[in-house]
Amino acid sequence: MARYIVINVIRGILTLIAVSIIVFALARLTGNPLDVLAPVDMGPEDQAALAAKWGLDEPLAQQYLTFLGNALHGDFGPSFKFPDETAGSVIAERLPVSLQLGFVALVLTVLVGVPLGILSAVRRNSWLDRTAKGIALFGQSVPEFWLAIMLIWVFAVNLGWVPTSGQAGWTSILLPSLVMATFGIAALLRLFRSSMLDTLGTEYVKLARLKGLPKRQVIWKHALKPGAIPPLTFFGRIAVRLLTGATVVEIVFSWPGVGLLAFEAANARDFPVVQALALFTSAAIVVMNLVVDVLYAYLDPRVRLGQRVVS
Amino acid sequence: MRRPRTAPPPPDAGLSELDAGSSRDAPAGPAARAPRWPRPGLRRLVRRWPWLPILIILFVLVIPALFAPLLSPYDPLRGTLADRLLPPAWLDGGTWSHPLGTDKQGRDILTRVIYGARISLIVSSAAILIGAVLGSTLGLLAGYFGGAVDRVVSWLVDTFMSLPIVLLALVVVAVIGPSFVTIITIISVTIWSSFARQVRGETLSVRESDYVARSRVAGASAARILLRHVLPNVTNTLIVLATLQVGVVILEESSLSFIGAGIPRPQPSWGVMVAEGRDQITTAWWLTFFPGLAILVVVLSLNLLGDWLRDFLDPKLRQQE
Repeated sequence: MARYIVINVIRGILTLIAVSIIVFALARLTGNPLDVLAPVDMGPEDQAALAAKWGLDEPLAQQYLTFLGNALHGDFGPSFKFPDETAGSVIAERLPVSLQLGFVALVLTVLVGVPLGILSAVRRNSWLDRTAKGIALFGQSVPEFWLAIMLIWVFAVNLGWVPTSGQAGWTSILLPSLVMATFGIAALLRLFRSSMLDTLGTEYVKLARLKGLPKRQVIWKHALKPGAIPPLTFFGRIAVRLLTGATVVEIVFSWPGVGLLAFEAANARDFPVVQALALFTSAAIVVMNLVVDVLYAYLDPRVRLGQRVVS
Repeated sequence: MRRPRTAPPPPDAGLSELDAGSSRDAPAGPAARAPRWPRPGLRRLVRRWPWLPILIILFVLVIPALFAPLLSPYDPLRGTLADRLLPPAWLDGGTWSHPLGTDKQGRDILTRVIYGARISLIVSSAAILIGAVLGSTLGLLAGYFGGAVDRVVSWLVDTFMSLPIVLLALVVVAVIGPSFVTIITIISVTIWSSFARQVRGETLSVRESDYVARSRVAGASAARILLRHVLPNVTNTLIVLATLQVGVVILEESSLSFIGAGIPRPQPSWGVMVAEGRDQITTAWWLTFFPGLAILVVVLSLNLLGDWLRDFLDPKLRQQE
């Protein structure tokens, strides 16, 4: 188990290093930061001084190492767009706003997706199963931005039940979290359904039924526990996606979280903020993958014992 | 709770009835009977064919994309200002010369939706072609050779799967500007990893098979084994994955275009159209509704077709995702 964890931690670190190189290279290769930093009428000497101040006159490899070293301390430098703030503090300010929305969306995803997936497997081919399949198909196919606008049109503009955008009272979180949850509900529902169908068909579940255990107990105890393992991987991914800020949804609803910040920063070429955000998001994905892998190994002995589960 | 999950169950009843095997592997005995046509498996296949999704894909995506200029008399980029903001034909003030209405520059919405299909089809086929070729090549190599090759490819897959794509797309577009080439590159970069991962997994299991071992003993080169024995065995997986990815790519392209990081503005991408109509949702809902509906029905049909193909060609795949 320890060996398994160590291997996965090393893999995660290697991935993050690769991500940091890509992020750094993209920010540098797509243009000289001086073009953005320096006023148009600046003389060459002043430009050189500015370059020296920001460390832009050093070789690229050196700049990368400095960037990485500072990043490890959580220091991404001052934001280009908001000069009195650092990239880190800009993000720290906006993150709770996204977390709040993401959390509601995540709760909604789990509360709807999991029971619906289990029930549709248990009552296969019933009307409930068909409805659930329809929901899953819709959620996987509908463009988020369009669903958001349509919901605003119906519930905010025509019915006036909720505000159209921004943060105004608790009702303003309903539509964006619903839109964000749609895809997750669809995916989680499908995964739970197929995984539960697998376990419900196994010999030991049949045996549990044969020896006279109540159906309820067999479903929720014997079948659900192993059946919940495969969807776990996806759950990790969806949780990160929801919690680290959904750019499209935040733009449509003017929700001032990190997703909207990413949009503003990229358009303003605020590279320190963009780099910090990109690394932060990747780190969240890597850490979540690690947690999921370890949990997976804990729950499924075959992984822990080194047998490869064909995934 | 520590009970291991047992091996995947046999394919369900509907599938075994369909009998994917018999329709593909015609009896190849020395005295092979003359093939009956239509073979029973094929007839059943045609009856089970998901007709509605296929028709929708043809009539909303493929045919408009191929014949856009023949289908509409209007220019998708230039409108008649006199006809601005006409509602759909069946509403008051609408006219059948603009069935789905017009936007504030007097451009015909139906025409723009038709030309939008062209953009969706071009972007998705190009991105999937690049992503599939790149991804399956790397997947084949990683799965077949294992060792260091596998480790490097797996590392790259891990890396690209943890990149925040929307953010990177925004940066690239903010700096070099939106264009077809940019968006196709960005999307290819995001989808190659799923092809690589899938093909690598399949290759790993094919590599262990007897026929690969025998052709290796017979002295076949790695290239020959990969092309003649492994690749044909992963083709079904590739077809299914590619079909499902068309929907994913169309959604991705329209989302990026919607936030201004995809197809540049005047072009009639479905995502661009939704973005343009967004501010007028209270007065002119048809600007946003129809292009979004086009995305929804096309992606939905592609998903249905992909699921059907997966059940038909590759029951193994159903375990995942």
